[in-house]
Amino acid sequence: MPDLALKLDKVSKMYRLGQVGTGTLAHDINRALARIRGKEDPFAQVGLVNDREEAGGDYVWALEDINFEVTQGEIVGIIGRNGAGKSTLLKLLSRVTAPTKGKIFINGRIASLLEVGTGFHPDLTGRENIYLNGAILGMTRKEITARFDEIVAFSGCAKYIDTPVKRYSSGMYVRLAFAVAAHLETDILIVDEVLAVGDAEFQSKCLGKMQDISRNSHRTVLFVSHNMAAVKRLCPRSILMDRGRVVMEGRTPEVIERYLSSGGEADRVLRWPKGEAPGNAELVLESIEVLDAAGRFDTALSTADPIDIKVSYQVLSDLRNLRISVTASSTDAVEVFSTSDYFFQDKSHIRKPGRYESVCRLPAKFLNTGRYSLEIAVEVPMERELFKPQIMAFDVGELGHNQMGPINAAKPAGVLHPELEWKVRRTRALQDSAA
Amino acid sequence: MAEEPQWTRVLAPRRSLLSLPLAEMWAYRDLLLLLVRRDFVAMYTQTILGPLWFVIQPILTMIVFTVVFGNIAGISTDGVPGPVFYLAGLTCWTYFADSLTKTSETFTLNASIFGKVYFPRAIMPLSIVVSNMIKFGVQFVLFLVFAGYFWFSGAKVAPNLVALTLPFLVLLLAMLSLGAGMIVSSLTTKYRDLRFLLTFAVQLFMYATPVIYPASAVPEKYRILIQINPLSPIIETFRYGFLGQGNHSWFGLLYSLGVAVVLMIVALVIFNQVENDFMDTV
Repeated sequence: MPDLALKLDKVSKMYRLGQVGTGTLAHDINRALARIRGKEDPFAQVGLVNDREEAGGDYVWALEDINFEVTQGEIVGIIGRNGAGKSTLLKLLSRVTAPTKGKIFINGRIASLLEVGTGFHPDLTGRENIYLNGAILGMTRKEITARFDEIVAFSGCAKYIDTPVKRYSSGMYVRLAFAVAAHLETDILIVDEVLAVGDAEFQSKCLGKMQDISRNSHRTVLFVSHNMAAVKRLCPRSILMDRGRVVMEGRTPEVIERYLSSGGEADRVLRWPKGEAPGNAELVLESIEVLDAAGRFDTALSTADPIDIKVSYQVLSDLRNLRISVTASSTDAVEVFSTSDYFFQDKSHIRKPGRYESVCRLPAKFLNTGRYSLEIAVEVPMERELFKPQIMAFDVGELGHNQMGPINAAKPAGVLHPELEWKVRRTRALQDSAA
Repeated sequence: MAEEPQWTRVLAPRRSLLSLPLAEMWAYRDLLLLLVRRDFVAMYTQTILGPLWFVIQPILTMIVFTVVFGNIAGISTDGVPGPVFYLAGLTCWTYFADSLTKTSETFTLNASIFGKVYFPRAIMPLSIVVSNMIKFGVQFVLFLVFAGYFWFSGAKVAPNLVALTLPFLVLLLAMLSLGAGMIVSSLTTKYRDLRFLLTFAVQLFMYATPVIYPASAVPEKYRILIQINPLSPIIETFRYGFLGQGNHSWFGLLYSLGVAVVLMIVALVIFNQVENDFMDTV
């Protein structure tokens, strides 16, 4: 039996909702009394399922009864909708916080990359930051020195290595930060969405590096991502989470299939409770909707009609070169198309503060029936991503347009079923029929 | 039954009271040094005077104290020239007070780093105490310059062998400030009130410590306050060793050591409990 690298035994994590303030002291005293009397934590019993849409209750279980094992040298993907508990799980594994119940067993040195560039100080030079960041991630000075040249080469910042990082472009900053992390020498590596940074070329370089890490050095990697294509490429096995529980565990293609085909019509509208919308000081999302031609989201979509993907957001400060992009995938994680509003803004490419809508119209007679998942990214291309991409899915239910005529299957073959033009003409008459 | 593998680490809801991660802290010693370095570089980049601020601050304070407490209020300095008397107290006090206030903010100031990556949290307050020790070193040299001037100009001051206890005195100051700072920082993760209380308390505490007056000048009925203050023997010994004036007693130092050790143990235990899941409340 191969050795285990990681084992989770009935791990649960409870969070207290709302402001910590009045009442917490009373709760703490209650809890301490219960502990002295040898009883269970009185507040740990409240136990609400992690469901962010449902308000009420002071406590919420972000993770409930998580059990799984990872063998050494394995790469495991962790997928799930926003709020499924993936980030909480990573926090527990990387020892940022402790579980409320249950135990986590770890075999070997563990390092986590929940963010690139943790602890980077703007006034320090690239060289100094490599050392500082490396040490924060758990490397000794000796280990860093040994890999220093490799790190610099990977980052491509050799020329600026003795310049304070505050003078770096954000792309360089991210590259340098990832380079340090990619050269960590640990047995277990936990990676959260770091591939979502930087430009496409650098992303694919990172992905390659991750593959390298696991194949050649036999290290265990836990990889959390919304990028199904990346998960599919990297991880033979995946774990699907939903509302704080492990829903499915198994071979990646099957898990992805289940993930992308779960969830109902409600997915066609993404809205957030007050204060929880993704955003930063520059831009806050309001909603993302998939609408039929009449602007409704509760009807079945038909292949015969256009479909609108509407992203509503508030720009809070002048944003130059903002790009809202949509990447659509089929349920087996094949990226079908991507598109963006980049070339559809005014010449200045500046969006002044205000409310905006970016609507992408998918033409009629373009999609096939079936489920499509969308990844909506908000970024300034080649420079920075404003926040993590949002994921949603929608079904096209009615085959309103069928270019195949009579078919045996429930739908025409193919991910797309566009209306394409055919020309049928007789180029020449046969001899005898002409007679 | 499958054979249980040897786990290198088990993460559980609660840590046992005394499972201090000392071996782990040793493994992260390079981080400690890099953090100290970062503090220095970051503090003085883009300032014109740079590390000169280390000495400007105590000199200005010394001047103010000499004028206000010496010349205006006329508080005794035990026959020691005012400037060097105040500077002696200030050098020790500043080290203690700066270390305490900075370490007490450990969790709140570093929440963004602590929220993303694990390393033994105690490295942070430790690095603060160490970088302040360097600052103390510079200020101590400044003190020596002043003291030297008075030694040779024939004032009634002279160093003696007790001055050799200096490393021990610094260690005591470090332990006291680190211990108190770690306790406060652990409690501020939940109850922010303490932060306001602390800034205020540190200011007031200076007046309960023989910084601007000698212990000998304290009236009998208040003397007990000075005696229970673990800082008093340290500052008095420092003055006695370098200036030859002051209430130096080995028993007093022993008392300070006792307080420092107890404080450190309590601090490590509380800190160790809090660092487990403080991210949920901070």
